[in-house]
Amino acid sequence: MKKKAIVNVRIIDPKNNIDQLGGILINELGQIEKSGPEITKENVGDIQIFNCQNKIAIPGLIDSRVFVGEPGFEYKENYRTLSEAALSGGVTSVVTMPNTDPVIDNVSTLDFIKRRARDKSIIKIYPLAALTKNIKGEEMCEFGLLNLRGAFGFTDGLRCVQNNRVMDHIFNYAKNKDSLIVQFIQDNELSKNGVINEGLVSTRLGLKGIPGVAEQIILDRDLRLLNEYKSKYHASLISTKKSLSIVEYWKKRSLQFTTSVSINNLSLNENDIGEFRTFLKLSPPLRSEEDRLALIEGLNNSLIDIIVSDHKPEDEESKRLTFQQAASGASGIETLLSLALELYHNKSCSLMTIIRSLTSNPAKLFGINAGSLEKNYPADIAILDLDKPWVIKKDNIRSKSKNTAIENKKLQGKVEKTFLNGNLVFDNK
Amino acid sequence: MAVLKKKQAVKKSPPHLLGIQDLSILTIQKILESSLEFVELNRQSEKKLKLLNGKTQINLFFESSTRTLSSFELAGKRLGADVMNMNVSNSAIKKGETLIDTAMTLNAMHPDILVIRHQDSGAANLLSQKVNCSVINAGDGRREHPTQALLDAMTIKMKKGKIEGLIVAICGDIMHSRVARSNIYLLNMLGAEVRVIGPSTLMPNSIEKLGVKSFTNMEEGLQNADIIMMLRMQTERMDGSYVPSTREYYEFFALDYKKIKKAKADALIMHPGPMNRGIEIDTNLADDINRSIIIEQVEMGVAVRMACLKLLLLEK
Repeated sequence: MKKKAIVNVRIIDPKNNIDQLGGILINELGQIEKSGPEITKENVGDIQIFNCQNKIAIPGLIDSRVFVGEPGFEYKENYRTLSEAALSGGVTSVVTMPNTDPVIDNVSTLDFIKRRARDKSIIKIYPLAALTKNIKGEEMCEFGLLNLRGAFGFTDGLRCVQNNRVMDHIFNYAKNKDSLIVQFIQDNELSKNGVINEGLVSTRLGLKGIPGVAEQIILDRDLRLLNEYKSKYHASLISTKKSLSIVEYWKKRSLQFTTSVSINNLSLNENDIGEFRTFLKLSPPLRSEEDRLALIEGLNNSLIDIIVSDHKPEDEESKRLTFQQAASGASGIETLLSLALELYHNKSCSLMTIIRSLTSNPAKLFGINAGSLEKNYPADIAILDLDKPWVIKKDNIRSKSKNTAIENKKLQGKVEKTFLNGNLVFDNK
Repeated sequence: MAVLKKKQAVKKSPPHLLGIQDLSILTIQKILESSLEFVELNRQSEKKLKLLNGKTQINLFFESSTRTLSSFELAGKRLGADVMNMNVSNSAIKKGETLIDTAMTLNAMHPDILVIRHQDSGAANLLSQKVNCSVINAGDGRREHPTQALLDAMTIKMKKGKIEGLIVAICGDIMHSRVARSNIYLLNMLGAEVRVIGPSTLMPNSIEKLGVKSFTNMEEGLQNADIIMMLRMQTERMDGSYVPSTREYYEFFALDYKKIKKAKADALIMHPGPMNRGIEIDTNLADDINRSIIIEQVEMGVAVRMACLKLLLLEK
């Protein structure tokens, strides 16, 4: 690879709190050689130059909650279609969920998907393995062996371990193997058959609600166990205001853990479901406006560390059903950044907070060598036009499944170019 | 793509009756007035009209039903329509066909009206988006049962002469009841004071925001009531998960001669049926001709459904 430079660009690197005009020099190995105001068109010599007037350079995004269809659900999404979708949204690394068929709960399945990802994926894949065998919540997986083979953490993804004894043992044993526990926080019994937030909207639509307490009770339990064992823990997809007060309680007591929120819960609320729009059937469900505002506040107060797309491709057939029967989840990897920028444009969050929650924070949590524009980091870079208006159309979605929750939504801000290991892999022009 | 094209080919969506929430007060009054004519007609020996000659009505019932299904069937037949009943609960759906596919199949037979009952809330709405005939919701999940509310209003009007200003208490399993929801919307629009009474485990979240007062004590809730609407209590909800037992429920939430004393002296009892005698209502009280207007409700049902069919098919 030849050396190249991105010049005349606003560099935002949250890891080092940098927000300045300058340029980025990329070396022959596809790494960042240097970035800063001293890199200009004039002083980089005779190499390929990308002049990005008025644009922003950010580290390629890390999406930490992504469902790929391989193996078992290839018709919903495969590594190739996922890569195309991701790169168009500036995402260069993804953390994938083990909810495949078969489940990624053993070394050979993990090996298989690592090889598939190596051969078919353009973007970087960081797989999580299951927390319990066959995600049944009964027996813990081989954390040690799976760690050796490259699992970046352990989660039951769509499911939550219910049994307190099992969870106690998981927290205890995971400590030995320095394993990261990622929990989807929801009580099965309290959320049983629920399809929507419990409240006026569920009453009006006649749908079974999922109360906020279903989330809080598990979060509370897990943090108490964490306090006993001090293992590595990440609470996935906080969705209610009351959960944040639990997070705050434990953070004030210096308990170390991280949390994430889905971009959907930051941008939409239960009223958006209107008359049974199944594309907005999500898990956790869209909550009240009060909850949404609290989540934004939580992001600003660092009670929430990471924003995820919760990219869950579903074919149209699984959505063209009654709300009760329809599959939950939305495709969202390619709109993650643009939707997050809405929070900047409506003055809810600073640009730095948003980018940090999509780059350096997840990189730190999962130990991924990405998420910064510092020297020697791989040159995974997204060039962003902060103000460009566009409209999400189903037909333009690159993901294999078109189940976006925000069809026809007007957004501001779009990725123009994406570099991966120094190569230009997506160009909007 | 084929689906898309078909959708575009539909020029104007035909009128539907999906829920009381979508109706204007004018439409409601029109239905009630028109029902009155059919009440008269139904009491004559010659009941058959030719208003809907040549029209096809399909009753698509995914949930079993006796009174609603027969009521809709009679209503259609008395207006002269060709009526077909499809009991889907034990056919195509079991073979894996989706609601939309079943609907598209029926749609291809060019019905003029589809009457649907389904266990999922929103099923009628979904259906109405996919077919190009009128759709009547005969009960979807726990969301709405508009013709039941209309017939209840009609019954009250016949018996009390008015609805405005009356105190109506709806008692029992409000949470799982589509009848309760439709009645709350309708009676509120017509100016009644609506109360709901039941154990808090069977009360939906934020119910008071729908414009009702909620009570967990039957005696308090029944105070000065003009109309007492009892709801069916499903026995599978009485196994300790929502209420401790049938006998505890009967003691505190069933309507009997003692509790009814709190209501007005001329208070009337309604029930959408089927009734669980001895569970939600004292069996003698249910048959008390001075109190119970449950049989009148069934009579009004046919007339109201005739009015709805006429409105949707003839006054587009």
